[in-house]
Amino acid sequence: MENDDINLVVNATNTNAVTGGNVLDEGRVGTNGLQTKGIHVWFGKHHVLEDISLDFPANSVTGLIGPSGCGKSTFLRVLNRMHEFIPGAAMAGEVFLDGEEIYGPKVDVTAMRLKVGMVFQKPNPFPSMTIAENVLAGLKLANIKVQDKDSLLEECLTRAGLWKEVKDRLKLSGSSLSGGQQQRLCIARALAVKPKVLLMDEPCSALDPASTLKVEETIVQLSADMTIVVVTHNMQQAARVSDFCAFFLSDGGPGQVVEADRTAVIFSSPSDQRTADYVQGRFG
Amino acid sequence: MSDSTSSSILQEVQPQKPWVNRRQSVRELARPVGIAVLAASVIVLVTGLAGPLGFYLAFIVSFIVVSFIDGMRHDKVKAIDKVMTTLVTAGFATAFIPWASILFTVFQRGASAIYLGYFTHDMAYTSADDELGMGGLSHALVGSLLILLMASVIAIPFGVVTALYITEIKGKLSGVVRVIIQSMSGVPSIVAGLFVYAVVVSRYSFSGIAGALALSILMLPTVARTSEEVLKLVPDDLRSSAYALGASQMATTFRIVLPTARSGLITASMLGLARVAGETAPLILTAYYSAVYSLKITGQPLASLPMYIFQNFSTGTDTALTRAWGGAAVLLSFIFILFIIARVVGRGSRK
Amino acid sequence: MSIATVEKPTAAEPPRRSITNQRNASDKRFRAVVTSGAMFAFVVLALIAGFLLFRGYEVFREFGFGFLTSSTWDSGTGESLQGASYGVAAMLVGSIIVALMAMIIALPFVIGTSLFLEYYIGKKIRAVLVSILDLMAAIPSIIYGLWGYLVLMPHAAGWASTINKYFGWIPIFKVDVKNFDASPFISALVLGLMIIPIASSVTREVYSRAPQDQISAAYALGGSRWGALKAVVLPFGRSGLIGGMLLGLGRALGETVAVLLTLNLVFKVKFQVLASAGGNVASLIASRFGEAGPSEIKALMAAGLVLFTLTLLVNFGASIIVSRSAKVSQ
Repeated sequence: MENDDINLVVNATNTNAVTGGNVLDEGRVGTNGLQTKGIHVWFGKHHVLEDISLDFPANSVTGLIGPSGCGKSTFLRVLNRMHEFIPGAAMAGEVFLDGEEIYGPKVDVTAMRLKVGMVFQKPNPFPSMTIAENVLAGLKLANIKVQDKDSLLEECLTRAGLWKEVKDRLKLSGSSLSGGQQQRLCIARALAVKPKVLLMDEPCSALDPASTLKVEETIVQLSADMTIVVVTHNMQQAARVSDFCAFFLSDGGPGQVVEADRTAVIFSSPSDQRTADYVQGRFG
Repeated sequence: MSDSTSSSILQEVQPQKPWVNRRQSVRELARPVGIAVLAASVIVLVTGLAGPLGFYLAFIVSFIVVSFIDGMRHDKVKAIDKVMTTLVTAGFATAFIPWASILFTVFQRGASAIYLGYFTHDMAYTSADDELGMGGLSHALVGSLLILLMASVIAIPFGVVTALYITEIKGKLSGVVRVIIQSMSGVPSIVAGLFVYAVVVSRYSFSGIAGALALSILMLPTVARTSEEVLKLVPDDLRSSAYALGASQMATTFRIVLPTARSGLITASMLGLARVAGETAPLILTAYYSAVYSLKITGQPLASLPMYIFQNFSTGTDTALTRAWGGAAVLLSFIFILFIIARVVGRGSRK
Repeated sequence: MSIATVEKPTAAEPPRRSITNQRNASDKRFRAVVTSGAMFAFVVLALIAGFLLFRGYEVFREFGFGFLTSSTWDSGTGESLQGASYGVAAMLVGSIIVALMAMIIALPFVIGTSLFLEYYIGKKIRAVLVSILDLMAAIPSIIYGLWGYLVLMPHAAGWASTINKYFGWIPIFKVDVKNFDASPFISALVLGLMIIPIASSVTREVYSRAPQDQISAAYALGGSRWGALKAVVLPFGRSGLIGGMLLGLGRALGETVAVLLTLNLVFKVKFQVLASAGGNVASLIASRFGEAGPSEIKALMAAGLVLFTLTLLVNFGASIIVSRSAKVSQ
């Protein structure tokens, strides 16, 4: 773990911190966790992300922060190849998951997505399924046979912090829950296929403060044995849940990583003035 | 910020689409297609299946089997996905085969009936059995145009007004009117014919007017529903700003709403016309058929393209059937032209 | 301005002014004209029902419920209903059999076409194919009938013969005489083909409104394309599919010419769908109309009323289901 931590510390000798290219240590590529190397994304002619190289150490929480429209959500979708559904999308660079390049020609996309779970901005349980069916939907989709469905169900719902609230109404429709409960149901659904990485796209932006707190607790607990990447607009949330932070910014051109470091460093002594301005709420 | 300089220093990065691999997908498709073609050939040779359709069926079945086996090299999920892709694509492609056959037959067989005089002669002195170089369908073409024109005169104003009631007046009965229009669009065309027969024909006689009445009943719901869609697209801001200028609702509707939606309303009318131009059943009971060129819309039967086809089909001899195909080709071209006008005008309105 | 003058109303609420929206005379006239114009459709529909009832009333009085349960069609002397015998049972059953078979034949193609257009190809090709589909929906039924009789029937009779050879032990595939021309099966093929574009356009519309975020969720869980469609789109679009198919059913029940040209009308209730004998109310009206005397015209009016009622019910059901699915998706 100590080694992993060092890799995210900005190399002070590199003066060109703007591209963020120094954040990823080349030596780390291909080891545990998730690394991106020189990621660019285009939508048609529009260049939306430029040269993002980041390291997400295993069993850590990384917050992606920055103003709207700087490409954080797009970057998140690059990590599980969900952006390629958008017509006109193109990219460059590499993403390594546990040593395997996920854009390689031999990669089975659906099998890769099983290892990378995702939670969306708006809770989106399948309305045609019950709560229990929702949790186990991923297994059904991937045709994975499980010996003991009930215990898996309980385990996932417990880890998502929802078990106590729904254990008596597992047969009800997923859409009968409140917004916060639905979002935790979606987390449980993502957990059921035992992913190594969990991507969360502003998971609390549609929730009330109490539900937000519960989801945040869940994130912290999950990070004990998962790599979590969470996009957030909420500075306090980033400070509360993340171990590392990457600050994205677009000056009208493609989005770039201005600075990536331990969360404490980003919030207390960032090396870039724009980061300081942003985390103190002076813009964005 | 120095991103322009930094990117010029860096090696130029090219956009790629790693998820699109043409060569690989072609290779992945070519092998099962090849195997399926082979299997289908064997099936056609061995079993009773024959002809292009038999081969097509054998090919689809073999392709399903091959794609399942191909997918199973990964896992069951992949196999099912591949089989479903094949089934969905085949479902779509198979539906297109008969349509292609219809278009091909209509124009191929129809072509032998059509010559220049086809559009200037009628069948007054030509019987359906006579050689193809004689007679024509001028009477049917003109009759159809007359009937459609009269039907439009009734159906388009009432259709647009019905749509205006729903979008502009927003009366209490809007919901009811919408349901009525929906029900009306489901009235069987023969029933519309029966109704006009009972009301008009049984008292007076077969006539072009009676045919137009029957068609207008069938046309009204299409015009009303499409117009409603179009009028809904007129932004409410336009109405509000007209009211703010002190305009009455009538002035707003006539000066602002209708002109804004004009091209859409033309599209609605064309679609309504295309819907009824080929109706045959109601005309059997109302306008009936006459072999003679005539512009008289009352007191006597009036020919039309669908009835021309129907009559020649009923005669049933080879030349008569060829004439029926010729009529079908003309009718289909006419409907396609209406459709293209609707599309072109409609596209203009969206810009 | 002094503050003291501002008095708060303590106990009594201020009297409310009603907003009067006095329209000027020309607007009143305008609204009256448009409203009465919109009632035209209502009047026409009522007139249709009224006239058919008025003209067919005698028939229902004469034969009562027997008009629906008997299959004999004998005009007797042709002048009066006395001595004649009319019943639409065979035609009604035939109409329903042909329409239901058309549904069954069309269903897989409707699902395939809708899914293919919405989820298996790109936007540009979709736009072209959808236009073609709209165009196919506009092909007149007489052309479908012409093609069905002259082009399809020689093939389809062969298919029917094959089905009869291998599945003849199933009662509905049995035939008494080995003539497979002009059977309900062939009519149903033609009608099925006619309703594919109509039902597909409704179904595709509803499928396209399936929530994108749920489709994304299915993909993110490692689902294949079919997995996502099965988990999200198909359940979401079920009512749209039912509505679209019911719309097609209404069309198939009321279709006249395409059936008239491809079906051999026989006044006997039959369930042998491959045999060259069937019934159809709409075709009955069109085929008997030419030679009908006064009494038979009345009977045909009554038959029209039966058909009108049947299609009205089916279309009513379809529109309710489609509008409900539209509400759910919003």
